[in-house]
Amino acid sequence: MFTSNQTAARRPTARKWLAATAGFAFAVTGAISSAQAQDTIKVGVLHSLSGTMAISETTLKDTMLFLIDEQNKKGGLLGKKLEAVVVDPASNWPLFAEKARELISKNKVSAVFGCWTSVSRKSVLPVFKELNSILFYPVQYEGEESERNVFYTGAAPNQQAIPAVDYLMSKEGGSVKRWVLAGTDYVYPRTTNKILEAYLIGKGVKKEDIMINYTPFGHSDWQTIVSDIKKFGSAGKKTGVVSTINGDANVPFYKELGNQGIKATDIPVVAFSVGEEELAGLDTKPLLGHLAAWNYFQSIKNPGNAEFIKKWQAFTKNPKRVTNDPMEAHVIGFAMWVKAVEKVKSTDPDKVIDALPGITAPNLTGGTSTMLPNHHITKPVFVGEIKADGQFDVVWKTKGLVPGDAWTDFLPGSKDLESDWVKLKCGNYNTVTKKCGGQAS
Amino acid sequence: MMTAHPLIRLLDRGSTLFLVLLGAFAIAIPVLNLLMPEGSALHVSTYFVALFGKYVCYGLLALSIDLIWGYVGILSLGHGAFFALGGYAMGMYLMRQIGDRGVYANPILPDFMVFLNWSELPFFWYGFQNFFYAMLMVLLVPGLLAFVFGWFAFRSRVTGVYLSIITQAMTYALLLGFFRNNFGFGGNNGLTDFKDILGFNVQAEGTRNALLVTSCIALAVCFLICRAIVTSKFGKVLIGIRDAESRTRFLGYRVEAYKLFVFTVSACMAGVAGALYVPQVGIINPGEFAPGNSIEAAIWVAVGGRGTLTGAVLGAFVVNYAKTFFTSGALAPYWLFMLGGLFIGTTLFMPRGIIGTYNNWRAGHADKAEARSAEAKAAAPAQPSAAE
Amino acid sequence: MGKFHDRILAFAVAIGLIVAAAGFAHAGPYEDALEKFTTDEFSDTAEAVTAVATSGNPLAAPLIAALQDGRLQFSAKDKKVLIKTADDKLIDAETGKPFAGTPPDDLDTVRVNNRLRGVIDAANGALTLMAPDPNQRYESAQQVFKSRDAAVLPAVEKALESEKVARVKKVLNEARAAILLAADDTSAADRIAAIEFIRARGDQDSLALLQSLPADLPADVRAAANGAIKTVERNLALWNTVQNLWYGLSLGSVLLLAAIGLAITFGVMGVINMAHGEMVMLGAYVTYVVQDVIRTSYPGLFDYSLAIALPLAFIFSAAVGIAIERSVIRFLYGRPLETLLATWGISLVLQQAVRVAFGPTNKEVGNPSWMSGAFDLGGILITYNRMWIILFTAIVFAALLAMLRFTRLGLEMRAVTQNRQMAAAVGIRTARIDALTFGLGSGIAGLAGVALSQIDNVSPNLGQGYIIDSFMVVVFGGVGNLWGTLVGALTLGIANKFLEPFAGAVLAKIAILVFIILFIQKRPRGMFALKGRAIEA
Repeated sequence: MFTSNQTAARRPTARKWLAATAGFAFAVTGAISSAQAQDTIKVGVLHSLSGTMAISETTLKDTMLFLIDEQNKKGGLLGKKLEAVVVDPASNWPLFAEKARELISKNKVSAVFGCWTSVSRKSVLPVFKELNSILFYPVQYEGEESERNVFYTGAAPNQQAIPAVDYLMSKEGGSVKRWVLAGTDYVYPRTTNKILEAYLIGKGVKKEDIMINYTPFGHSDWQTIVSDIKKFGSAGKKTGVVSTINGDANVPFYKELGNQGIKATDIPVVAFSVGEEELAGLDTKPLLGHLAAWNYFQSIKNPGNAEFIKKWQAFTKNPKRVTNDPMEAHVIGFAMWVKAVEKVKSTDPDKVIDALPGITAPNLTGGTSTMLPNHHITKPVFVGEIKADGQFDVVWKTKGLVPGDAWTDFLPGSKDLESDWVKLKCGNYNTVTKKCGGQAS
Repeated sequence: MMTAHPLIRLLDRGSTLFLVLLGAFAIAIPVLNLLMPEGSALHVSTYFVALFGKYVCYGLLALSIDLIWGYVGILSLGHGAFFALGGYAMGMYLMRQIGDRGVYANPILPDFMVFLNWSELPFFWYGFQNFFYAMLMVLLVPGLLAFVFGWFAFRSRVTGVYLSIITQAMTYALLLGFFRNNFGFGGNNGLTDFKDILGFNVQAEGTRNALLVTSCIALAVCFLICRAIVTSKFGKVLIGIRDAESRTRFLGYRVEAYKLFVFTVSACMAGVAGALYVPQVGIINPGEFAPGNSIEAAIWVAVGGRGTLTGAVLGAFVVNYAKTFFTSGALAPYWLFMLGGLFIGTTLFMPRGIIGTYNNWRAGHADKAEARSAEAKAAAPAQPSAAE
Repeated sequence: MGKFHDRILAFAVAIGLIVAAAGFAHAGPYEDALEKFTTDEFSDTAEAVTAVATSGNPLAAPLIAALQDGRLQFSAKDKKVLIKTADDKLIDAETGKPFAGTPPDDLDTVRVNNRLRGVIDAANGALTLMAPDPNQRYESAQQVFKSRDAAVLPAVEKALESEKVARVKKVLNEARAAILLAADDTSAADRIAAIEFIRARGDQDSLALLQSLPADLPADVRAAANGAIKTVERNLALWNTVQNLWYGLSLGSVLLLAAIGLAITFGVMGVINMAHGEMVMLGAYVTYVVQDVIRTSYPGLFDYSLAIALPLAFIFSAAVGIAIERSVIRFLYGRPLETLLATWGISLVLQQAVRVAFGPTNKEVGNPSWMSGAFDLGGILITYNRMWIILFTAIVFAALLAMLRFTRLGLEMRAVTQNRQMAAAVGIRTARIDALTFGLGSGIAGLAGVALSQIDNVSPNLGQGYIIDSFMVVVFGGVGNLWGTLVGALTLGIANKFLEPFAGAVLAKIAILVFIILFIQKRPRGMFALKGRAIEA
């Protein structure tokens, strides 16, 4: 009796183990294949809420929740409420791909707003292509990409880097003759600096008047580099720094600049990754007059912007909450998506993708941005000087809107490429060989 | 038990169960994915296929860590490096397969080299267009690194936390290196936009299922290799090294050679895991070298139960499923609390992990039952109710 | 062309202000110019500044000062320009009388950009050559040296005549030499004399000035210039080495500060605390909270904020450390690898907790005035914050050493490090020592956080940036030996800074890591390993 008990005690547990594992598997499959009720239109929000990128991306998640909330107050879309599906890819690139797949195939979202770093976008790209969905990407990037399923609402290099350099070369910007291109060592700064180098040499700047410097992510000891910049800048010609330094490394960089006494009147630094959000973590008094180039600044005076800021601060219940450029990109992207969906009366990705080029939406700086056939948008470019209160004072802007150029004209590899998803149905049409590259044969 | 046939020793009950389950998944998932119509209750979505494929690769990585941590006591915090190197080798093969279908239509250079104005292919990219060469590299590169690293480290008797820290330094140095664009591996963006593998489109459902099945087979084969190692006499020496390294050395075993061999085998397995992982997730980037990833992989092993092999794989599945589950929806911001809590909870309350605790409990249960039966026999005539 | 224009403008402003200061007032151009401030265009503002400055109106000086400080207000609607005084009163820029009535609702600040700021600065430089404060005169002379503005030469020569302070006189002479060298019509003898001054100055600016001399100089001037260039270059090379040493020392002190707490917990208890970086981060957040309270409630105390934050950060981090030790680590003694994993988990939890509590973005921690800026020491620039951090590290290190040497707790800690069983046998409560040691290590990490908040960003990720480097320092220096940690930190810091100029920051870091990996093979217990059986786990 007892012996049989003993074996019986073992068998069920083994079976339990099996059952548990199987149950786990079925729980997964069950959760995935269970049909979702389709009484709302779902919008995916794919921004890191933990890990290193949370510092930048959390705000964008809040922005999306805010925009969706606003749209629902206006009655939703196509008579349905919008529903945000928020996931946390945790600053982990493969997890981005997994979460994108989850959003599209499991949650059946109609469009996804997300990503910050280029690598996260590169990671989700194959997923969006395979499952044929729509991604709105809100951050300035290095260009050299135009995909059918992605809409780039951030700046391409010609919408940020080149106008900023133009400004510094102008009389108003200080007639800079000598250039330091300082960046974090990854693809965006590398590409941007390659483009700028070619552009500057084309403008007659000599090679020895350009200094290029790369630092690792999160670099915190800037003493040597700042003193090198200082040395480089004391050669008698007006020197300017173009900074593509990313994220966290900016704070110690600016602190070192301030402490080594590099004033904007001596060596102005123009940054492409420093906005209101980054400055909120800094004592900006020593940085007075250093520059940033963006397509939006919170300080821009405009009724649309004022209203947006008011509602945003009410939504976040924080009267000091700042706004920034990638937020505006989401505002524009979301408005365009809503318009496109209303136009075709459907959230079907193919229809929306085809409808989007040509759609216009007001930006927050008083103009109207248009989605171009290359899936980039037209934007104004502003150069702002840092003020003591952590905001920017716009000192220069482009005359009109600048159309985003996916393929820069300043790199030999991409100057012959053209993107047109309306007529050519191709993101990388080679105007010399008359062929569309990158398509599976 | 002492005289059991080697095959029986190799396949005890847990191992058999594990292999059967793995086999069942490897057959059931593709069948349910490909043959069942969409919308059918039994249909398994491609999302799940991709997910499961990823877990299997993580499982293999965990297995490789368990082999050296659970049986030799080496906690490598740099196993992510071997995983990533294997992944890069596979990624390089996949990049070369793109050929002139890249956006710049350059038949030789991958896209990232074209737009950064590289004029020719770096020498270390030669040969990767050949699948077999690439697969050789998947084993060779991590293996060689592990061999050289281990040869230095074990010979000079770097052990315990020191070894953990320098393996961490190794993966950190590689992380910084691969981030550099001048290194020739695509910098931060890594290698991506793969088209096909051995002529099959990597995006196609059939290929995905095939990759999943391949991963399961790889896991099963590696599992058997590990079992063979740990159940052999060789394995007993390893356990000896784990429990008392100096004594084993004094007994005349060449501890360094044993460690080096297992470390290298383990690195090769991690490399294979990485190579299978890359086509399934579609990207390899230096982030895989991050020390945090390697530490996380160690916790999978700890959760499942180290020194059990099956536990490592189970741990990888459980933790990664938890990650998938908790990084969506309302709980998203709290995922790191869960992960952190898991680290603390496992080490404090479940030092033997799931499998270890279960085995323990079962053993304890059996002991108790035995004790009870003995007690009952003794007490039976007087008080039968005392037994239950 | 632009530069020339700016110089003319600067000169005009200078002259104008001198004239204004002298009190020659005549109405007309000043009032006309005011209107140009109301268009909100930089070119108009520039013209207005010129016009106002040359107008000679006594209000010009306060108006330009207001413009510089962002206190000049305008109303585009009413075409009105108002000066806001430091105590927030409005003065009508036209009449100089207090502004009565309600201010126009579109009142806005007249904006200044870099070019205007440069113009005003240069003008002020020329103006303040005769200022009563020698420091101000010194700064002005330096400004003139940099601008080499020929128009200021008379002012410089006048200032030279009356200057008594030697160091100001020296710079004035250099400024004069720079102007003379830059001018075309200077005689050969004057040039040679000027070159001598520049050679004596011997800094990077001097070298640039000498190198920019035209090629077609008379032979003797050329020879003097070439000689001077060689001297300056040699001089600079020497100072460059000193500078690298200083930078290395500074980096090393940061590493030491971050690692020293780890050295204690690892050395005494053999505990690998992966959450050490988070203790640093907590210290930095304590600084933030302290500054935040001070900003809102006691703005006057700002310069003391760090002094207030130090003890609080120590106590807070130490308390968290002790809590961690009591609740988690004490159950894991003798299992270093498990401790490593558990503390890694703790670090994740702490990071995310801070992220949830304070938000994921960077927090602003300001530099008190005594930590801002820099001073010249010979040929190198020394920033105050780095200098104070080096000093602070030295003090912490010395205090810690003294504590270990002279206090009872220190004695007991050393006893436990050397032989735990023996220490327990003679009656030391090792569990208590463990908790206190862990608290001490964490508390020091908190102190490090206060210091790091001054040079790095205060975000939840702060600690992660230092944890691997800290481990490298401890392992390299040798466990259980504070001197080893000191030597390790400084060696790594200095090596890094000497490699960086030619290898670049990334490769320098990789090289250091590879070096440590190889070094550990050679000496598995670090540079200064404790001898004996006790630590051979």
